[in-house]
Amino acid sequence: MASINDVVIKIGTVNGTGSASANGLLRKAIFRMGVPVVGKNYFPSNIQGLPTWYEIRVTGDGYSCRSDRVDMMVAMNAQTYARDLAEVEPGGCLIYDSTWPRSRLLNRDDITIIGIPLSKMCNEHFDGARARILMKNIAYVGAIAALLDVDLEIIKSLLEETFSTKQHLIASNMEAIHLGYDHASQNFPCPLPARVEKMDATKGHIVIDGNTAAGLGCMYAGATVGAWYPITPSTSLMDAFRTFCSRYRVDPETGKRTYCIIQAEDELAAIGMVLGASWNGARSFTPTSGPGISLMSEFIGFAYYAEIPAVIFDVQRTGPSTGMPTRTQQCDLISCAYASHGDTKHVLLFPADPAECFYMSPQAFDLAERLQTPVMVLTDLDIGMNDWMIPELEWDESYVPDRGKVYDAEDLEKMEKFYRYLDVDGDGITYRTLPGVHPKGAYFTRGSGHTKLGAYTEDSAEYQEVVDRLLVKWETTRTMVPDAEIRYSKFNKAAILTLGSCDGACKEALDRLEQQKVGLNYCRVKAFPFTAAVREFIDQHEVVYVVEQNRDAQLRTLLINDIEADQKKLVPLLHYDGMPINAGSVVAGVLEEIAKGRAA
Amino acid sequence: MTYIAKPKISHPSLPKNQLGLTTRDYEGVVSTLCAGCGHDSVTAALIQAVFELDIEPHMLAKMSGIGCSSKTPAYFVSQAHGFNSVHGRMPSVTTGAYAANRDMTYVGVSGDGDSLSIGVGQFVHAIRRNLNMCYLIENNGVYGLTKGQFSASADIGSKPKKGLPNQQEPIDPASAALALGATYIARSFSGDKEQLVPLIKGAIMHSGFSLVDVISPCVTFNDHEGSTKSYAHTREFYKHVANIDYIHPSEEIKASYAEGDAMPIHLHGGDTIVLRKVDRAYDPTSRAEAFKLLRERYNAGEITTGLLYVNDERAEMHELMHNIDTPLAQLPYEGLHPGSDELRKLQSRYR
Ligand SMILES: Cc1ncc(C[n+]2csc(CCOP(=O)(O)OP(=O)(O)O)c2C)c(N)n1
Ligand code: SF4
Ligand SMILES: [Mg+2]
Repeated sequence: MASINDVVIKIGTVNGTGSASANGLLRKAIFRMGVPVVGKNYFPSNIQGLPTWYEIRVTGDGYSCRSDRVDMMVAMNAQTYARDLAEVEPGGCLIYDSTWPRSRLLNRDDITIIGIPLSKMCNEHFDGARARILMKNIAYVGAIAALLDVDLEIIKSLLEETFSTKQHLIASNMEAIHLGYDHASQNFPCPLPARVEKMDATKGHIVIDGNTAAGLGCMYAGATVGAWYPITPSTSLMDAFRTFCSRYRVDPETGKRTYCIIQAEDELAAIGMVLGASWNGARSFTPTSGPGISLMSEFIGFAYYAEIPAVIFDVQRTGPSTGMPTRTQQCDLISCAYASHGDTKHVLLFPADPAECFYMSPQAFDLAERLQTPVMVLTDLDIGMNDWMIPELEWDESYVPDRGKVYDAEDLEKMEKFYRYLDVDGDGITYRTLPGVHPKGAYFTRGSGHTKLGAYTEDSAEYQEVVDRLLVKWETTRTMVPDAEIRYSKFNKAAILTLGSCDGACKEALDRLEQQKVGLNYCRVKAFPFTAAVREFIDQHEVVYVVEQNRDAQLRTLLINDIEADQKKLVPLLHYDGMPINAGSVVAGVLEEIAKGRAA
Repeated sequence: MTYIAKPKISHPSLPKNQLGLTTRDYEGVVSTLCAGCGHDSVTAALIQAVFELDIEPHMLAKMSGIGCSSKTPAYFVSQAHGFNSVHGRMPSVTTGAYAANRDMTYVGVSGDGDSLSIGVGQFVHAIRRNLNMCYLIENNGVYGLTKGQFSASADIGSKPKKGLPNQQEPIDPASAALALGATYIARSFSGDKEQLVPLIKGAIMHSGFSLVDVISPCVTFNDHEGSTKSYAHTREFYKHVANIDYIHPSEEIKASYAEGDAMPIHLHGGDTIVLRKVDRAYDPTSRAEAFKLLRERYNAGEITTGLLYVNDERAEMHELMHNIDTPLAQLPYEGLHPGSDELRKLQSRYR
């Protein structure tokens, strides 16, 4: 297979052996050659000992989803030899450590098997058990560099950046790179036909994970209070926020912090802290995952009814229950949309990649404060923890936070009396006050029945008046949330409708289907409730394939429920095995439906 | 249930505080609790305390969970902001509120059910953080609002109205708070306003977490013969160990405290409390002594009241976190992000 810049490398190692930095080095080097890359972690819920994989998709075409094949397998974990071998595409290759005799398992005549004595070389050249293990990782990067023709100078400069303060490490790492590189070049025909070649497609781009981008977004949004309880895969979001804050949020005069991160005792408390802080006027958020949403639900309903802003990031993982904590899904759509008992519904945002994680962070705070309600940003493990190539993030200096309808001291001074839940403007959004601002601003916040004036009630009409006004607000919400991304190709009768991290797979699938003369239009919803354009889009088509990553077609359910979309039109295409969706499964799903006689 | 606004008749004879307000200005809506409920007396003591402390009503945040006790924030200081949250979770809301605005005064009202069962986790962790708040538990040994089930503070042998006496070990909030490192721990009785008001004042002025465990009988479900949280039982067995007088910063410490049983304690904010020991040997600044006292007196069947423990040395939550003095909610947005140039620069590591 002679292909340039279209190759998938998968590296199988043991968790805890420090391969992440070596894999990152390889991924970065290819990116610096100007070639688009996608980096995916497939890791276990374990700290040490279980198998883990990192996949680098080199994609000259700039696709962003997981690939559906493996061209080069680096099999560093004997536990997984059999399955790693089986995964390699015919014509591909497998690299293994030939320090020991080749396992009988490693036998396939349709692929090239490449043995490099990694352990032997590293044991001869380096001292200390830990160093030998780490250098072995670097040595396989060297071998891959030779086989794929990755620029050694770029690798060297990356090492120089990483170890700028530890000069000796640059030399030893380069030595390990050369061990692998030289052995491969001397013993195998390098480079292989499927290889990497410099191009100019990564300028103005970065590679980043969604949690880091969201943490950065929260800092730029002016969030001052973050409360959380650690849970995979959301933990690195707060870690990122903390890192950025420790750099940019320390008062130069006093050395004191202009942010407060509270590690809560559980998610029941984390959301309580967010509500307390938001009630008091701070931009406040919590990152979590499915189990955390379950625990937060009572307070989410409280915030809906008492009308308190809150920003919640749900980095979704595979459920139900503990499920597969290190695998991805979009399985919390319904539990978030309708979190809590009673009639509640909540604003959801669906970023598709780390760029949208960043830009939707300030947007989430704006909406939460404008609408005085919880806003949940639903990302997932694939977006949150994997490495995505995105256009460099930009900050609009003219951004001013939308703090919503808040009466300040001056407004209150002029007023006869303030009532918290009075719909002055007729859009269902009432005015609030912040505690401690003015004596006239005081009101009593409660989750029990209240009148539009803010008083306690058990009177039917008074109760209903308020919950009906919340429906008016819901319709206002529909006009304020980000609109869907819609693409028409031709006059197609059929379309794909999807959300979040399915975007890359769907767009790649559209290209592939196009090549097979199947033209589909495209709609990616970015928020719940659904905008008028989504409804219109569905109305325009005879068949709408609803692509999502859960078993129960939750997005489809929301469409039917929220905008009364015609359910006969909505054909579910579901992917829910815990691995990120890829284009192949979307293509196969669509073709299967067409074969069954469904319109294309 | 509707609220009848109390007619506001300002009596010229009513004493005014330094803000020119009278106790009427610190009242709330009419209570809907049972006549004789201990909680109403605690409300009255709270009104007195915040009035005497000259707290500006709108700078007070009244926080609560769910229960009869948790309803009471509506019954005092209508001009203050109230947050009646969900069952057992007042501490987390207060933590967030305090994180956002450290300039306000936070008074949380909870019940023994709210704090010692469903909310025990939050109670514990608010203490660990040394959250700067006054935390009142209106302790009646039962769940009043759900009609009289035993709470975790019910004593062994205490009889319910119907059924068998409690046999489970009680959780004593004061002992628990002491074990967890609370920095101000007091206990009192709803029927002893004279003791209670200064204890609440001290608790509000103390920098850090202050617990006031108030035995507050439930007349409807736990005031009968055989209950250890009844008015009669409490009156019979409760003992003062160390009471306090709160000294306003503008007042001089009167020299009338006899050596040995009076001990002035200077609080962080410049206020002073003077400890009046009833038990002359008792030292409430010693955690070990407080443990011993609580254990011994409990075993003797006594209800120990007064200021049980105080430590004004430990840093409260914001100090522990090195947070800026300005309330976070009031920081201008311009200073909260490093701008577009810096964003460009910081991304070099992702290239
Ligand atoms: C999640 C949840 N579970 C149960 C209840 C029902 N409930 C309301 S008040 C209460 C107990 C209150 O007891 P306590 O805190 O001692 O207050 P009291 O009424 O005795 O003052 C319970 C169990 C609730 N409101 N929320
Ligand atoms: S039930 Fe008990 S606690 Fe509740 S109001 Fe009545 S007396 Fe008070
Ligand atoms: Mg109770």
